[in-house]
Amino acid sequence: MSLATPNDHNSPQNSVGLVTPQQVLIEQPLNLACGVVLPSHNLVYETYGALNQEHSNAILICHALSGDHHAAGFHKDESKPGWWDHYIGPNKPIDSNKFFIVSVNNIGSCFGSTGPTSENPATGKPWGADFPPLRARDWVESQKLLMEHLGIDCWAAVIGGSLGGMQAMRWSLEHPDKLKNAVVIASSMSLTAQNIAFNEIARRAIKSDPDFCDGNYLLEGKMPQRGLALARMIGHVTYLSDELMGQKFGRDLRSGDLLQGKADPVQFQIESYLNYQGDKFSDFFDANSYILITKMLDYFDLAREYNHDPVAAFKHAQCDFLVISFSSDWRFSPDRSREINDALIAAGKNLSYVAIDSDHGHDAFLLPNQRYEEALGSYLCRVADQIQGIES
Amino acid sequence: MNQYIDFIKQRIEPRSRVLDLGCGDGSLLIQLKEELDILGYGLEIDPQSIGKCIARGINVIEQDLNKGLKNFADQSFDTVIMTQTLQALRYPHLVLDEMLRIGSKCIVTFPNFGNWRTRSYLNFRGRMPVTKQLAYQWYDTPNIHFFTHADFEALCKEREINIMHRQFLANGFPDNLLKSVWPNLFTEIAVYHLSR
Repeated sequence: MSLATPNDHNSPQNSVGLVTPQQVLIEQPLNLACGVVLPSHNLVYETYGALNQEHSNAILICHALSGDHHAAGFHKDESKPGWWDHYIGPNKPIDSNKFFIVSVNNIGSCFGSTGPTSENPATGKPWGADFPPLRARDWVESQKLLMEHLGIDCWAAVIGGSLGGMQAMRWSLEHPDKLKNAVVIASSMSLTAQNIAFNEIARRAIKSDPDFCDGNYLLEGKMPQRGLALARMIGHVTYLSDELMGQKFGRDLRSGDLLQGKADPVQFQIESYLNYQGDKFSDFFDANSYILITKMLDYFDLAREYNHDPVAAFKHAQCDFLVISFSSDWRFSPDRSREINDALIAAGKNLSYVAIDSDHGHDAFLLPNQRYEEALGSYLCRVADQIQGIES
Repeated sequence: MNQYIDFIKQRIEPRSRVLDLGCGDGSLLIQLKEELDILGYGLEIDPQSIGKCIARGINVIEQDLNKGLKNFADQSFDTVIMTQTLQALRYPHLVLDEMLRIGSKCIVTFPNFGNWRTRSYLNFRGRMPVTKQLAYQWYDTPNIHFFTHADFEALCKEREINIMHRQFLANGFPDNLLKSVWPNLFTEIAVYHLSR
């Protein structure tokens, strides 16, 4: 097995190269958990690698709160690769030479799939704040319809970090015979009160923007960008660690100085960085989507329908599991992953768990890390061998 | 491991649940899985060993034994195994208690410090023994407790642990011939099957 090293991951032989998003109108009705039925919905997705003859080498990538379908490779005229390019590509841990990798933008998001910015067929206007509330299971059911559209009967693996890991776990319970492996990274069986609190602060920030207009800003020709930027700034701080922010920014100044006798305005590097990140995010993400998907995270409770017993829940699963956590992640801490492990072991499921040392907080699941790459890579290498009938 | 693998295999029920504390590269679990179709999990903290287990398809959980095993429910395993690790733990007696809480039976193996080679090393050279079983210098060793099989049995008695079977292992001559006559002097590795 050869794995990408950090300095060569963008070289052409290690990239899936130029990718073009695809779009499908799913015409089967989608029964949402809230009771609403979407008669049809659009999905935008990308695929990397080739589907084998038996259709047995497909991997589903599940994105998190702000992710999209563009997980790997490059779009035409863009220099920035997809959000998980370090992990998806030829000879990378999720190897496009071995697997057919499907990455879909989920409904309720804002990158082309049906969501709050799409037209509500009943009114002819954008859904806006009226878009039905979603659950992770709704994303799973929508992904299942895409799976059928692509002619895939069973995923070799469903992989995701954070909210993506929640989808992978939900897949294992809702469609146990439709996946062989679930890879659950930096995730949790339910959010803690602290986590919900951060999400509510973010939503309040958005709703407090006068341009939010009760969620009907598109009709009013306005954008609650200040609120959305603030929401993202709060989120961003919680996705990093104190150590990393200290290393990266410390108390460095962007402008001015703190010498006595000087009254020039002072800006710390971290202030400038956070403002930049918030503003950039508010340029491309939709405020209603942010509210919708943070609520989806809050509502997720893996074992709710199983009498709040995660062991009883996981007894329904048939797939094998790989669980990965990161030491400095305090929004989805290693303890949350250990709860998943304990339930899986008690339920008698095959499981491996790797606790990665990292300073990068929750964001670590997106970033280069040799041990993380090796663990994910060797797990999936074995999955690929099993598909080809090579038992190690 | 070859010396005690048969002892372990004879005492594991087919298709039972097995927890291996300090499973290394998964060599024991892979044999038990292939021959007895067990549902096994190994606990390990060494990244390289964990990597090997994953590559071989062995269930491995990254967990430090010294930080406790509270996450495992009472009697949730048929057998809890610990090979050649007891001497490296901060509180071996507490881990033994935990093993017997989690598993209905336990199998423990450890190097016998009472072996004549270690005894004579200390006795004649006046230096802490560096032997095949205990191959480290005193200042840089994972082995922080030195005990003999007699010490271990005294601990079992004190903590009301039932010794179901024991086996004394030695490879070299004359140990292999004399270990049954004078076990504490000639045993290199002691193997115990325990219950409570």
